[in-house]
Amino acid sequence: MERILFGDNQFFAVNHISDEKSRAQSIKFREDSAIVKTLDDARSLGVNTFMCTTHDRIANICAIIRQEPEKYRDFKIFPCMPYAHKYANAVTELGIAGTLKQYVPGNFIGSMFKGGMAFLSKDYLSIMELLVDSEMKMFRGINTPVIFLQNVITDLLLGLRAYEVLAAFYHYVKRKHNAEAGFITMNMPKLLDALESQGIENPIICSSINKVGFRMSGGKEIYEETLKNRKLRAIAMQVLGGGAIAPKEALEYVCELPNIESILFGASSKANIQNTVETIRHFDGAPSNA
Amino acid sequence: MGISHLSILGAHPNVEVVGVCDTSKMVNDFLSRYGKFTCFTDYKKMLADVKPDAVVVAVPTKFHYSMIKDLLESGVHIFAEKPFCLTATQGEELVKLAAQKKVVNQIGYHNKFIGTFGEVKRLIKEGALGQVYHFVAESYGPVVIRPKQDTWRSDPKEGGGCLLDYASHVIDLINDILAPVKSVKGSLLKSIYSTTVEDAVYSLVELQNNVSGVLSVNWSDETHRKMTTSVTIEGTKGKIISDANELKVYFKDAGTPAGYNKGWTVKYITDLTPQVDFYLRGEEYSAQLDYFVDAVAGKVPNTINTFQSAWYTDKAIELIKQSVN
Repeated sequence: MERILFGDNQFFAVNHISDEKSRAQSIKFREDSAIVKTLDDARSLGVNTFMCTTHDRIANICAIIRQEPEKYRDFKIFPCMPYAHKYANAVTELGIAGTLKQYVPGNFIGSMFKGGMAFLSKDYLSIMELLVDSEMKMFRGINTPVIFLQNVITDLLLGLRAYEVLAAFYHYVKRKHNAEAGFITMNMPKLLDALESQGIENPIICSSINKVGFRMSGGKEIYEETLKNRKLRAIAMQVLGGGAIAPKEALEYVCELPNIESILFGASSKANIQNTVETIRHFDGAPSNA
Repeated sequence: MGISHLSILGAHPNVEVVGVCDTSKMVNDFLSRYGKFTCFTDYKKMLADVKPDAVVVAVPTKFHYSMIKDLLESGVHIFAEKPFCLTATQGEELVKLAAQKKVVNQIGYHNKFIGTFGEVKRLIKEGALGQVYHFVAESYGPVVIRPKQDTWRSDPKEGGGCLLDYASHVIDLINDILAPVKSVKGSLLKSIYSTTVEDAVYSLVELQNNVSGVLSVNWSDETHRKMTTSVTIEGTKGKIISDANELKVYFKDAGTPAGYNKGWTVKYITDLTPQVDFYLRGEEYSAQLDYFVDAVAGKVPNTINTFQSAWYTDKAIELIKQSVN
């Protein structure tokens, strides 16, 4: 994985501290071309990996990228699935069974809900596999070396102790999509325990890591301990603590932690992208135009 | 959302989940197979078999009254989802029964566990705004954004509709921050896409402390990515505007509470939210269950989101319904 990954929250009006800012972003990025322009800005600064949720609009962005294979030769996408709001809204409207019928391809679900037979492990895992395939369709022809499970699902399964399902996702992504599995979580140390209990070593885990301890469940200390003493390929997100920390101070903290393979950030303007990239490279001790 | 309550409790170091009750075979099979939970389809059988100390009730509102009554009679502590009951009469009976049985009782109005709103309450209680003369309580989100929906949310008898299911949150917040609703001057309940229930609630209300204000709630507003709740409170010494993320306070004069300036002060949720041990969907969801668990263990008083406080909200909902005619 590259040291710096570019995120997508700014494109979809996700702002953790201000509803006004998220509305402004939603207006700025209402055209797909504005998103592509920002991705091109990031690429021009050497940031070639876009980590994004499987939002419907990402399908449009992928279509644009496919049209220019030469231009986007080195470009990678790390899909993060599922786009939870899509399913949450569907569950509100259709119920759990109706949602599965709508989103799982084929007649599989229809036949499952017939009769009162017991559900087998392979049934649940087949649903998971079919959903992964269906979410991956939009990325056809695009390099997706890591595929992530979103925190809302990772952490739900973690609390339900359904560690086997997390492991099944890990193995399936490798087998079927020839990619590494990644996990986004708000509970990194607990998740690492769970994955290790399933025999998964050195997993890719993306979690909030920031100087003020924002969304670092259980406290910053246990995260720092875990990074120092255990084996994982960590991605730090929410490094600015939702905006609570000055960028320079925030990035200095993250750059000096051990075992952080990548830093994920999003920004709307080229100046902000440049500033962040240069600051990370400064604290990493590399030339800023690398 | 019972499944997220279970996930939070499943990860809780001080909780042993002794039983889960759901009517879906698919859900029960999943939970027993992967989470090794003991599952039931009949809650009375669950109570008899596993004898829990406390029960979390996350079922459609129409079942609240009868289930909670059964649970109270068996003497367990209860956390139930909002809204409390379908009528104020039902709620009143349960409030009395809970007091008589001396059990911990809590309703899932999670806004009370959001740091910004907690700070608003603190500022109001210490009189920082002077004489409060007006408030606007708002909530918007994309729940029903198309015609043709057919779930319990679209059935008024089951606790569906924007007033019970959605507006209840912000009514409860006003009850808590300012005072319970005393009377309703007039209301508009509008159906936008739904045919059987209202999608929006606009209401002019007066509180027990004689402060009056406006309630504006619309669950068919897709310009909000998710539910957005905010309160604006105006007083003789200043003004507060707060949502779940950002708190903006204006003071006319110096002599403000510590941490605030004359003019505007902005604070963010990151400064006001305590860490939780397990995070799913938002700190407030974990925090409210932590509080319940601590109350059952006798470590905190059972004073936030009691049946009694949720009953005030049920009562306000009834007043709003009556004010339409």
